[in-house]
Amino acid sequence: MNKTAFVSALAAAGLVATGAMAQSSGSATLAAVQEHGAVKCGVNTGTPGFAAPDADGVWKGFDIDFCRAVAAAVFGDPEKVEYTPLTSATRFTALSSGEIDLLARNTTWTFSRDVDLKLDFVGVNYYDGQGFMVPKDLGVSSAKELEGATVCIETGTTTELNLADFFRINELDYEPVPVESFTEAQNQFLAGACDVYTTDASALAAARSAFETPGDYVVLPEIISKEPLGPLVRHGDSEWADIVRWSFNAMVAAEELGVTSANAAEMAENGTNSPEINRLLGREGELGAMLGLPNDFALNIITKVGNYGESFEANIGESTTIGLARGLNAQWTDGGLIYSPPFR
Amino acid sequence: MKNSKSVAFVREGMIDQQPAPASQIGAVRWLKDNLFSSVLNSILTIISLLVIFWVLSGIVPWMFGGVWNASSLSECRDILNERYGNTHYACWAVLTERWQQLLFGFYPAEEIWRAVVAFVLMLVAIAPVLFESVPRKLLWVTIAFPFLMVWLVWGGPIWGPLLVALGFVLFYVSYVVLERKSSTLLALIGSLVIGLVWWMFCVGPLSEALGSALPIGDLERVESRVLGGFMICVIIGLSGIALSLPIGLILALGRQSNLWVVKAICVGFIEFIRGVPLITLLFTASLLLNYFLPPGTAFDLTLRVIIMVTLFSSAYMAEVIRGGLAALPKGQYEAADALGLDYWQSQRLIIMPQALKISIPGIVNTFIGLFKDTTLVMFIGIFDMLGLSNAIRANSAWNGINWELYIFIGLVFWICCFSMSQYSQWLERKLRTGHH
Repeated sequence: MNKTAFVSALAAAGLVATGAMAQSSGSATLAAVQEHGAVKCGVNTGTPGFAAPDADGVWKGFDIDFCRAVAAAVFGDPEKVEYTPLTSATRFTALSSGEIDLLARNTTWTFSRDVDLKLDFVGVNYYDGQGFMVPKDLGVSSAKELEGATVCIETGTTTELNLADFFRINELDYEPVPVESFTEAQNQFLAGACDVYTTDASALAAARSAFETPGDYVVLPEIISKEPLGPLVRHGDSEWADIVRWSFNAMVAAEELGVTSANAAEMAENGTNSPEINRLLGREGELGAMLGLPNDFALNIITKVGNYGESFEANIGESTTIGLARGLNAQWTDGGLIYSPPFR
Repeated sequence: MKNSKSVAFVREGMIDQQPAPASQIGAVRWLKDNLFSSVLNSILTIISLLVIFWVLSGIVPWMFGGVWNASSLSECRDILNERYGNTHYACWAVLTERWQQLLFGFYPAEEIWRAVVAFVLMLVAIAPVLFESVPRKLLWVTIAFPFLMVWLVWGGPIWGPLLVALGFVLFYVSYVVLERKSSTLLALIGSLVIGLVWWMFCVGPLSEALGSALPIGDLERVESRVLGGFMICVIIGLSGIALSLPIGLILALGRQSNLWVVKAICVGFIEFIRGVPLITLLFTASLLLNYFLPPGTAFDLTLRVIIMVTLFSSAYMAEVIRGGLAALPKGQYEAADALGLDYWQSQRLIIMPQALKISIPGIVNTFIGLFKDTTLVMFIGIFDMLGLSNAIRANSAWNGINWELYIFIGLVFWICCFSMSQYSQWLERKLRTGHH
C-alpha cells in the first residue's frame, strides 16, 4: 500500500515536472496573457499625445497605440488591452511585481533602470531630449544667451540635473523657479514668473500648443540631453520580450517598407515581389510561429493599429495640435534614428 | 396748592412710547456699530468694500460670461473672441463634456444609473443613522445597503453579496447558540471561525453555482479599474468612515484594557499606523502587497485601498475617542460599577454616550480629513477627480484648462465637507444637556 502511494506520488511529481518543462519552452507571460484574455499595459496617467482618456474613457495616444499593437499581435484584436494608469513613482514596481505585462509610459532608457531595476527595454519608440522655451519678446535665439535667466523647472527630475550641468558647462548664471508639476510650470511660465521653461521637447511642444497665443513663444534649438523613451518588460521572460520587441519592429519595418494600414491587407493577399514584405506579412516563412504567435501577427498590427509613421502622425505629428516634427524620429532612410533589424 | 405754584411744570400723564431714533435701529444702527464706528473703521470698511468690488468685478463676469458649449479649448477661445473680443472668460464647456467622467470615472455610460441608484440608496441608508426623526424602519435599508451597493456598483449576480450577508446571519446565530453552551469568549471565537470558513470557502463556489442555476439580478460586471471620479471618493470615504468608527472604538477601549496583551496590541497598532503617512500605506497597498501575495492573485486594488484607509483612520479615531474617555470624571466609571453593571453594560449605558458626545467635533474632524485624503489615491494611479483633471488636461482638446476644473472639484468637496461640519454642529446643539 505504501509502495503504491509512493509510486503514484512519484508519477504525480513527474507529471508536474513535465508540465513545468512544457511551460518553460514557451513564454510564461504570454500564457498568462492568453489565459487572462487581455494584455495588461501600464500607461501614463495623462501626457498630451502619448496617453490620455477621451470623453468616453477610451485611451488614445502614441504609447497607447503600442499597447494596442501588442494586443493585435497576440490576439488579433487591438481592443484586448487593460490599461493601468501609473505615476512615475509606481511604474517600475507595478512591472516588477507582475501587476502589468508591459510598460509603455514614455520612460527614459537609462543604464540603472535597465540593469539595476532588472527591466528590459525592448526598443526606443520616441527619441526625446530636454529643450528650452522662451517668450519671443525676450529676443533670445540660443540657449547660450540665457545669462541670468529665471528658469521654471520641475523639482526632483533628471531635467533639473541636466539644466544645472548645461549652465555650468557654459558658465552661465541662472535662477531656478522650482515647480511641482507640468500644469504649474505652464501657469508660472505664462504668468511671467520665469523667463524660460525647460522640460522634454515633446512636452514643451504640447504645452506650447495649448497656449492662447503659441506664436508668442519659441522653442530654442538646443537639445541638452538624451531621453530615449521606450516600452519595457521585466527581466526573466525573454520570449515575451521578443514578442513585444518584434511587435514594435514590425511597425517600424512596415513604415520603411511602405506597408500601411490601407495597403497591408491587399499586399498580404496578393503578395509582393519584396521577400521581406512577404515575410513580414506572414506570406513566406514562419516568423510568427517562432514567437509562438499566429503567422499574420504583423499584418494584424499594421491593419488594425497602423505602422510607426501612421501612429506618429495621428497622435503627435505635425497635423495634430501637438505638432511634433519627425526629426530624430524619422526613419533611418530619411536621416532619423528609427531603424528595425531585418525580418528574416 | 402752594407747592404747585413753586414748581413750574408737572407732567400729569405718561408720554406714549416713541419709536427709537432712526440712527439707533435697523440697518443704520448696524452699519454704524459694525462698519463705521470710528474714523479708522470707516476707512477700513471703505477699503474692504473696494477690494471686494475689485475682486468680484473680475470674478463675476469671468464666471457668468463663460462658454458652456464647445468641444475643445481652442473652440472655446474662438467663441469668446467672437463674443467679447478677448478670452478673459471661463470655459465651462469642459464640464459640460466631462462632468460624467468627473463624477463617475470611466463607469460605462449605459450603467451609470446603477451608480446613481446606489448614491440615492446611500442617502436613504444614512438618514436614519443621522436623524432620529426619520422612521426607524429605514434602518433595514441601512443594514442592507453595503451589500446592495457592492452589487449595484460592481455588478454580477446578486448571490455573491447575498451570501456574504448570510454569513453575518450565520455568525450571529452561531454566536447565540454557542454562548448558551459555553463562555462568551469561546462563542465569539467559534462563531468567528464559522463565519470565516463560510466567507472564504463557501461563498465563492456557492454564488457561482447559484448564479448559473438562478441568474436573478445579474447585472453586467464592472471592474474596479473603471471606477473613478467623485464616486471612488465616496466609496472609499464612506467605507472608511463607516468601518473606522467601530474599529476605532474597539481600539480605544482596548488601549484602556487591563489585559496586557490586548493593551499592547492596541497601542502597537495605533502608534504604528499613526507614525506612518497615509501615502506610504497607499503605496504599500498598491505595490508591496503584490510582492507578498502569491503571483496571479488578483486582489482588488480598490479593496486594498479601502482597507488601508480604514486602518489609518481607525487609529486616529481611537485616539479621538480615547480623548473623550479620558475627559469623563472617574466618578462616572465608579457610579457605573456601583450600579452593578458589567463592563459592556456600563460602556453602553454610561460611558460611551458621554464620551462620544464629547468627541463629536474630533470625530467629524477625522471624517472630513479622511474624506479629503481620498484624493491621495491619485498617486497610486486611481483616477479620482484630481487625477481625472490631469487626464482631461492631457487630452489635446483640453490641454491648458485649469481653473474651471479645480473650481468644480473644490465646490464638490466643499459641499460635502461643509454639510458634515454643519451636521456635527447641529448634533452638538441637540445633545447639549450640560450645565451651560
